[in-house]
Amino acid sequence: MSEIIIKNLSKNFSVKDGTVEALKNINIAVGKSDIYGIIGMSGAGKSTLVRCMNFLEQPTEGEVLIEGKSLGDYSKKELQKQRESIAMIFQHFNLLMQKSVLENVCFPLYIKKMKKKEARKKAQELLELVGLSDKKDAFPAQLSGGQKQRVAIARALACNPKILLCDEATSALDPRTTSSILELLKSINERFGITIVIITHQMSVVREICTHVAIMKEGEVVETGLVADVFSHPKSKVAKELIIQDIDVQSDGKLLATEYRIKHGERVRITFSENSAFEPVIANLILTFEEPVNILKASTKNVGGVAKGDMILEFKKDSTKKDSMKTYLREHGIEIEEAIEYVDT
Amino acid sequence: MWTPEVVQMIGKGIGETLYMTLLSTAFGYLFGLPMGVLLAVSDKEGLSPNPVLYKIMDVIANIVRSIPFLILLILLIPFTRAIVGKSTGSTATIVPLVVAAIPFIARMVESSVKEVDTGVIEAARSMGAGNGRIIIKVMLVEARTSLITGVTIAIGTILGYSAMAGTVGGGGLGDIAVRYGYYRWQTGIMITTVILLIVLVQIFQSVGMFLAAKLDKRK
Repeated sequence: MSEIIIKNLSKNFSVKDGTVEALKNINIAVGKSDIYGIIGMSGAGKSTLVRCMNFLEQPTEGEVLIEGKSLGDYSKKELQKQRESIAMIFQHFNLLMQKSVLENVCFPLYIKKMKKKEARKKAQELLELVGLSDKKDAFPAQLSGGQKQRVAIARALACNPKILLCDEATSALDPRTTSSILELLKSINERFGITIVIITHQMSVVREICTHVAIMKEGEVVETGLVADVFSHPKSKVAKELIIQDIDVQSDGKLLATEYRIKHGERVRITFSENSAFEPVIANLILTFEEPVNILKASTKNVGGVAKGDMILEFKKDSTKKDSMKTYLREHGIEIEEAIEYVDT
Repeated sequence: MWTPEVVQMIGKGIGETLYMTLLSTAFGYLFGLPMGVLLAVSDKEGLSPNPVLYKIMDVIANIVRSIPFLILLILLIPFTRAIVGKSTGSTATIVPLVVAAIPFIARMVESSVKEVDTGVIEAARSMGAGNGRIIIKVMLVEARTSLITGVTIAIGTILGYSAMAGTVGGGGLGDIAVRYGYYRWQTGIMITTVILLIVLVQIFQSVGMFLAAKLDKRK
């Protein structure tokens, strides 16, 4: 039997001029111990959907069944009790900023009226599990993003949940920290058999740990299935777009990445120094060599009166002039480095 | 001018001023804190929106706050007499001070509580916390720094009000300033009381800010 079943679920929000349909007739089933990814662009309704799974948002229509029982049938008190077994972590961690790491992990235990001593012991074990036992007396403000999310995970596990909902849990983290958090989630899933639902807009997250995926667009689920199947045979347009984006992001060249990269030219990161930013260097480069370069990203800042900035440039595919173009840039006081790890955002 | 009687009188004035200010602040929070929390909770974006309750408290707070303190003091004389049995002296002054302080404190508490990150509140709800626990364990804890800053501001304001009450026989430093400085032309005493009032406000302000910074764990 599926752990979570969403049946004909719709959610409308009333706004000033009428109603907005945030979710339209959603049907999904999440199996026990699955890692289920729900992916979509922002505004697709995935955050609303995950909040329906613990009734932080009440659906307008339809049902949410957890282990066969509908959340809508519970009284307010019973629902609060039920929420102990459906933990949640968030994009911005949502820790108590005025409480120590240990007290943050104790918090859900205090809610269920566990004794202080017992709660602390349990919290201590959980902090060991997430590798932060040395930080127990620190305050969240002293931690990095990844560490904060680890604390949030420890807190989420405090009441031995059956389900863990992750709402964009890695979106505020850098790629390396993201991987370490995903690994932690995976190990928790393997060790305790907790069903994990992951909301994300990054296909890489789904690819790295999910077993199943649902793809959402404008309040509807457009495609569901095993991650491997969806990756190899995406049916919907959104799925295809997300996969293409993901491949672009990958730096290790797995999957179809090489094939995709052939269509592109070499990418370099250039850094402006001194006064080069005041000259139209790039424009002059293009005029001189009569060959376009693609500017993928650019930012300039005025640092103490000197314009500083960096850009990601892409040379034309199979360009024969790119070496002399690089030399030209260097001669104009610009530093060049390879930009393999450039992440499309 | 500095006879032992005057020095003793000023000493007594300081005592009365502190007595009025601190007691009024305490009673003000006794009622103002729950009222402020209720305002924040019943507002349309709050934990448990209740437009009717919000509007009632909102109107009461606005009415009391729009009456000048001196007028309020006079309007409340029958009420004060009913509670403490007299209408002059520092104990009697506490009644109108508390009445004036409650809506003021409630508004400050309301804004402090509303500053609390909604994400943290959502996290607490997702763990199965009810509204009562969220208020006590999340909102009031997370708003601590801002609440203490509010207490500091409240003390300063109430101290000022208590001095104003002196003009109608309320006791304290304000009373001395008016009686000696204004009616008897003893400018020296008036200036002394004013300086003492400034020093008191400074002390409360510094202590309050120190505590607020010390208890703030966000940095």
